Amino acid sequence: MKKADPNPNANRNIMIITYVILGIFVAMIGYFGYFLQVESENVINNSYNARLDSFADRIVRGSILSSDGQVLAATEVAEDGTETRVYPFANTFAHVVGHSTKGKTGLESQANFYLLSSHANLVQQVINEISNRKNPGDNLVTTLDAALQQTAYEALGDRRGAVVALEPDTGKILAMVSKPDYDPNPASLDASWESLVSADNTQGQLLNRASQGLYPPGSVFKIVTALEAIEENPEHYLDYQFDCSGILYVDDYSIRCYHSTAHGSQNLAQAFANSCNGAFANLGLSLNLDKMHALAGRLLFNSSLPLPMEYSKSTYNMDGSADEWEILQTSIGQGTTQVTPMHIAMITSAIANGGTLMKPYLMDQVQNVAGEEVKKFLPEAYGSLMTAEEAEKLNDLMALVVTEGTGSALRDASYQAAGKTGSAEFETGKETHAWFTGYAPAEDPQIVVTVIVEEGGSGGSAAAPVARKLFDQYLLP
Amino acid sequence: MTNIIIETSKYLMILLIACYTLFNFRFFAFSDEERKQVMCSRQIQAMFLIHLLAYLIIYLKTEDIRTVFFYLAQVVFFLTYLFLYRVFYRNVSRLLVNNACMLLCVGFIMLTRISFDRAVRQFMIVVISAVITWIVPYIMDHVWQLSRGAWGYAGIGLAFLLVVWAVGNTTFGAQLSLEIGGISFQPSEFVKITFVFFVAAMFYRSTDFKTVVITTAVAAAHVLILVASTDLGSALLLFLVYVFMLFIATSNWFYLGGGLAAGAAAASLAYTLFPHVQTRVEAWLNPWIYIDDKGYQITQALFAMGTGGWFGMGLYQGMPYRIPVVEKDFIFAAVSEEMGGIFALCVLLVCAGCFLQFMMIAGKLQAVFFKLIAFGLGVGYIVQVILNVGGVIKFIPSTGITLPFVSYGGSSILSTFLLFNIIQGLYILKRNEEDAYEKS
Repeated sequence: MKKADPNPNANRNIMIITYVILGIFVAMIGYFGYFLQVESENVINNSYNARLDSFADRIVRGSILSSDGQVLAATEVAEDGTETRVYPFANTFAHVVGHSTKGKTGLESQANFYLLSSHANLVQQVINEISNRKNPGDNLVTTLDAALQQTAYEALGDRRGAVVALEPDTGKILAMVSKPDYDPNPASLDASWESLVSADNTQGQLLNRASQGLYPPGSVFKIVTALEAIEENPEHYLDYQFDCSGILYVDDYSIRCYHSTAHGSQNLAQAFANSCNGAFANLGLSLNLDKMHALAGRLLFNSSLPLPMEYSKSTYNMDGSADEWEILQTSIGQGTTQVTPMHIAMITSAIANGGTLMKPYLMDQVQNVAGEEVKKFLPEAYGSLMTAEEAEKLNDLMALVVTEGTGSALRDASYQAAGKTGSAEFETGKETHAWFTGYAPAEDPQIVVTVIVEEGGSGGSAAAPVARKLFDQYLLP
Repeated sequence: MTNIIIETSKYLMILLIACYTLFNFRFFAFSDEERKQVMCSRQIQAMFLIHLLAYLIIYLKTEDIRTVFFYLAQVVFFLTYLFLYRVFYRNVSRLLVNNACMLLCVGFIMLTRISFDRAVRQFMIVVISAVITWIVPYIMDHVWQLSRGAWGYAGIGLAFLLVVWAVGNTTFGAQLSLEIGGISFQPSEFVKITFVFFVAAMFYRSTDFKTVVITTAVAAAHVLILVASTDLGSALLLFLVYVFMLFIATSNWFYLGGGLAAGAAAASLAYTLFPHVQTRVEAWLNPWIYIDDKGYQITQALFAMGTGGWFGMGLYQGMPYRIPVVEKDFIFAAVSEEMGGIFALCVLLVCAGCFLQFMMIAGKLQAVFFKLIAFGLGVGYIVQVILNVGGVIKFIPSTGITLPFVSYGGSSILSTFLLFNIIQGLYILKRNEEDAYEKS
């Protein structure tokens, strides 16, 4: 066994290999640490993680509060220890706050982990442990403005539809209403549950239309068509001219303006303000459809949204291979394009914020039972959807909608609003869906509002007044 | 009240294993023998304290008197093993014996918490393996012909693998085990050892080009049969062990680079050929979209570790049983969930400590055959730890391989005992030699 070592480098090489392997080992440990410290929080708050439910055995679920501290959801503990989840505003916050007894939805699901964690005073926690009492969970402060939410809820009345309000420079979701709704309080939820989930139910009360409802965008989509025209012709896009006779005939096809109104001679800004279908359908015929498809992709059609809630993806299908009819339809927001109100609000918010989209968010901070901050969520930019110049140009077009065009409901307001109306056809013989998306004040946007009223008629008369109520509530003293 | 005890013990156990790990590395820092011995004794104290606290919790939670007897049986085993090893082999590496006991201890605690019956079974296997392999250092010292059996090692290894490939049971998409008289037996665990012996014996004879070609061909045969049996973890393990041993034997950087490049090419080929490989890679890249099927195991493990956090949920406060085959491949997630991320990290550092000790022994040995064996087994050990833990924490795709000494499983336990005792034997051999030299 005493054979001499023929390879004098062996020990040096063993050392090298040892260091390399230890390097990989250290990288693995680093990854593990990163996972525990950074990533785990996003990972564990998942409805598949049954572990969270067991937290409830030791912790009283925390409350959900509006940005000004009003209670949106809280757990009341009776003397015998029975816990009841209470939603003081009942239906008003049903979708956005969600419910926690029949599965968990909305913020009740999203913030589940925080609500079931306790950062109460350590001494208090030990005392509670010893005396076999549950510890109080942390409270979630949301970005929701309770008054604004109520205004939106009342403005929509008993019509079906949705309202979203965002703060464009932060992405804070100020209000999110969907109708029809339901009462999330456990007793009434139990009572109505069977009819809510019944196969015969065509109302879809449980669906959050704001983020999950897919609608044809109608004329609201002219924002995208106009942006494509701006991108293709940044200097002279306003020179586009069209003579509107109420109906545009192209080969065998015809495109009508709303109520077949003849708008007469229109340039691009006038056509946008008056929502002239003929002008935009005709404009579409001259656009580069592949570039427009790419633009739609940049505006987050057919893709995931940076949105921390359940949502539906918007779809946009038209590309270079489209036929004439598809071009005419798609350019005015009809055809196969489908959007969610939240997505439209996000595009609007990017325009209001100089082209940069801030990720919409609902959770502002987590506080312990004594009101001390445990975790703060900061605004995050998603990125640029368009250049600042393009946003500025769209801003001018949208301001004109209010001062001269279909946004007349906002014309006499003390602030300058900017926006776009839409009246989307979805089924022959039925009233159109009424859209409005916009923001105010146009020179320094503080709030973005997107409204859809299902079968509400024209956007200018059904949706814009709803938005006005929110603007007034938020901006006027 | 029980909750307070569990909470406090949780932190105490983390503190204790941190101390244990610290002693492990302080050991390397000291040069004088006496202080090294002090470190080893303190390690044993820390281990027994962790063991006691853990079983205290287990008893409080289960109120099952059997756990008390089980605990006592383990204490007797650990004491006997630690004591007898030192009495019989004067020059033993205490650090290695301690680390083996610490890892086994963590395994027992976690298994008892998950399933008492399995823990008892594991304990019996450990006792039998400890007794059988206790003799290994003696054999290493007294049998001189170990380096002559190259073809014997290759023959045994290949035969084992071929039989498994031909008649193996299908377990989780891979044919891994043989049933002999009701005992399930996983030959690839032992082939890891015969393989290292084969390669060491070949390169001990010669490292000329012809030998390298022949050895590479036989090594490739091992790996290919494992790939055909879809035991990809073991295939990868043997491959890496071979490339590194070849490099150490020849000091030829070209072999190392070429070998690793060939391995990467083979891996991508395997990815395109085997749906089984694709599944694992997809489940690694984005397990969340497959949360109901192929991503289920890894996402449950991530939930477990993430929810546990740095300090853990405490024993019996988590849900390790929700992870499929948690007691085998995913035991690390269970340890991290309930005993804490810091505790799990210390377990990893103990494994790294074993590896360092193996490499130091390999460096000290002068006989090429022994040097290669210590190196090959050491690399095989750490690669297995990395493949297992890396797979559990989503650092790399999961390959379905056990965590030595901690995971449940007879073949894994016995082969790890063999591995530790072979290296222990080499260490004893070397120390005995040095003693003899000093005396003369």
